[in-house]
Amino acid sequence: MEEKNVYQPYLMRIAAAIQETPDVKTFRLEFINEEDRKNFNFRAGQFGEYSVFGEGESTFCIASSPTREGYIECTFRKMGRVTKALASREVGDTLGFRGPYGNTFPIDQWKGKSLLFVTGGIALPPLRCVIWNALDTRENFKDITIVYGARSVQDLVYKHELEEWEKRGDVKLITTVDPGGETPEWKGQVGFVPTVLEKAAPSSADTIALLCGPPIMIKLTMPILTKLGFSAENIFTTLENRMKCGIGKCGRCNVGKYFVCKDGPVFTFAQVNQLPPEY
Amino acid sequence: MQDKIIQKARELLSGGDVKVVIGYGRGTGDRVHAVFVQKPEDAGALVMDARCLQNLAVYLPKQEVKALGKPAIVARPPVMRAIRQLMYEEQFREGDIVVIGVSDDGQVLDFPDLKSMIEYIDKLPLTLSPEEAAAVAKLDAMTREERWKFWMEETSACIKCYACRASCPMCYCPRCTVECNQPQWISVPAHEMGNLEWHIMRAMHLAGRCVNCGDCYRNCPLKIPLNLLTQRIIADIGDNFGQESEYVLAAFKPEDKEDFIR
Amino acid sequence: MTEKKTIKKSSLDGLFRALKSGGKRVLAPVEGNGRTIFREVDSYNGVAAGYIQTTLSAKDALLPRCEEMLRFRTEQSTVTMEQGPAAPAPTVVFGMRPCDAKSLAVLNAVYLKDYNDELYRARADATTVIAISCTSCDEYCFCTSVGGSPGDTTGSDILLTEIDGDAYLAEILTGKGEALVAMAPDLFAAAGGAKTKPLADVKVQFDLKELEKKLPGSFEGPVWITQSLRCIGCGTCSYVCPACTCFDVQDETDANRGMRLRCWDSCGLGIFTLHTSGHNPRDVQSQRWRQRIMHKFSYQPDQLSVVGCVGCGRCSRACPVDMNILQHIKDIVEAR
Repeated sequence: MEEKNVYQPYLMRIAAAIQETPDVKTFRLEFINEEDRKNFNFRAGQFGEYSVFGEGESTFCIASSPTREGYIECTFRKMGRVTKALASREVGDTLGFRGPYGNTFPIDQWKGKSLLFVTGGIALPPLRCVIWNALDTRENFKDITIVYGARSVQDLVYKHELEEWEKRGDVKLITTVDPGGETPEWKGQVGFVPTVLEKAAPSSADTIALLCGPPIMIKLTMPILTKLGFSAENIFTTLENRMKCGIGKCGRCNVGKYFVCKDGPVFTFAQVNQLPPEY
Repeated sequence: MQDKIIQKARELLSGGDVKVVIGYGRGTGDRVHAVFVQKPEDAGALVMDARCLQNLAVYLPKQEVKALGKPAIVARPPVMRAIRQLMYEEQFREGDIVVIGVSDDGQVLDFPDLKSMIEYIDKLPLTLSPEEAAAVAKLDAMTREERWKFWMEETSACIKCYACRASCPMCYCPRCTVECNQPQWISVPAHEMGNLEWHIMRAMHLAGRCVNCGDCYRNCPLKIPLNLLTQRIIADIGDNFGQESEYVLAAFKPEDKEDFIR
Repeated sequence: MTEKKTIKKSSLDGLFRALKSGGKRVLAPVEGNGRTIFREVDSYNGVAAGYIQTTLSAKDALLPRCEEMLRFRTEQSTVTMEQGPAAPAPTVVFGMRPCDAKSLAVLNAVYLKDYNDELYRARADATTVIAISCTSCDEYCFCTSVGGSPGDTTGSDILLTEIDGDAYLAEILTGKGEALVAMAPDLFAAAGGAKTKPLADVKVQFDLKELEKKLPGSFEGPVWITQSLRCIGCGTCSYVCPACTCFDVQDETDANRGMRLRCWDSCGLGIFTLHTSGHNPRDVQSQRWRQRIMHKFSYQPDQLSVVGCVGCGRCSRACPVDMNILQHIKDIVEAR
């Protein structure tokens, strides 16, 4: 029996595109083959390999929620060869997608708990998947708090959704921009994420924290979370490393005995603290 | 000769200015390999004999070697030429390196500064040995088709391990052309075309810069005679621009040939 | 279980021809231009003999240095997938050393675990290995230190061992091996009491268990910097290694048609882990050298239950700067 080539991507059509910031874009991708759409499912935290045929593949999380069926969304910054090519693609164009790969956030185990999301810049997409998953099953959780910061107002992604979350009565959203990044109309906070988080001082009681951001933000936020009473076991993050295959074969996302692609990308900080610093 | 090198290294390390002596030491089996002597009492590990061929200048830009502090380097003429070229390319300045010279006839040379090393090596123009010239001539005597076949057969053995690049003191770019992918100038895969593109590109980047140390060939696991490419270029430069010692890519003269501009 | 037969060296040419006319591609070591490499041959004439080890392993047959993964065609904004790579040709690899044959277990562990790599599996399925036991070794060989031996049968379909009278004892180890014998049954004779020549005396040089125990605690040790100061950061060790499996993926196009290619890659190269942002988790050579040793002797035994090194010694022989893996391992084991 001939088996499927694991490196063969699904063909996807760009169904919608949003320019989030000058260099960050979101695509909604729909399966071209109906069979693929029907058989596809994923869980929050997983990622995929997105192809621009002729340029290569690039790794990002699935930024949409598994509760929204029939499509996936990805958000990426124009950086290298593939993401530059991706950014030039338009609605209707064909892309490739392999996945879903990696482990997931254990959302099912968080029933009845509160969730605290702490994130910055382009690190919101992996958490956005969890946020929508939680909001779409709102009855399963107590308080939901989101602390999100960016360098400037312009650099905030999902601006339309931030407005939507702001308006909802069942989410506490705190947005902030770095000093100097505000505009005259800016109504959010001004200051760095760790400082804003410390001031907001959300309760750690029966709460899971999800922390994603640039290394410096993580470094400065961890002590605050600890001060607020979060244990490393209750703080989750997603790691990134350079990847090619996504399935534990190409060898480059190796961190100690783990592959970020196969054993991650979701880790608790209790696990991260045990890893060699090769991410 | 070896004793003199050891003595010199000991003095330099005792003096305090030099923090590491890059030289050759006993390797495994009957090999020698590069050693990085940091204490005067360890200088006895230095070796100098006919096996000491690696061009040690390759270590001068290496991050972890730089971290050790100011180096002194055991240098035969190809190493001295490499240092001179790296200075032309402003990778080093006077005072950055101390050279423990070793002449072709085995004399240990005392260079108070890099300027005196350059004066010494300037007097030894880079020419091909009779054997090297004969190998180049043999290739030249081939028909175009024979030569193509020869190079296709040789380069098709290439596995793109980049030992040629890594062992070359002139290949110090932090990001090599083959790693620049916007656009992808050189095909990465080790297929026929990718290999050919890579070796032609590398040879051209070494035009006027190659010091003919032979490490690209010696270190190739498949023993592809890559130095024939650069040796041919050295011969061409000699024929077209004379054997002068200056940096041929940066020296312009009114009588330079322009017949390649059409 | 294993069936034992004999075959005369003078019958090997007949065997090669029978395999060839039976539709097999035969790869065997050929010496020339300073290298001994596996090449497709039509007959036994010209096949190298007496080599301790080939310059490159036969990995190319199972994991080619450059391999087509898929094909596509682009028309304006739409993409269609084209017929993928052709099924690999049925292949016989003749003359592997037992260490190389043993390395197939590492390739299998990486490529067939969790996600089944069909490209690899197809090649592995299409390949039959005729290995030859070692009657000589050199200072770089250390198969016995990593669980192998000069006559190890792991990974071989047929293992040939020299016997008196210019012949080989052929141990037919698998169904694939039997199928090969069936292609030229007349060339094989009953083994009788054939006595094999003494195999190479490869001394055990370090305690593998001791090394595996020691490595996790030595991550932060100074040994990696000391050992790798002379490393120039090429990929030679990985590329000549029969058990190195890491790869890169590259797209190449010609007008509106294109291919995705898998290419060998090496953890010794700085770009291997370089993020697009410029951040590099393994920024200096000592970290890359540590990864090489850790991956083979700690992570792989832990995760895949195989040691990622078969002791063939190629990396040490080929290293431009004498990064002798055996010496380095011994130093790590002995370090306090």
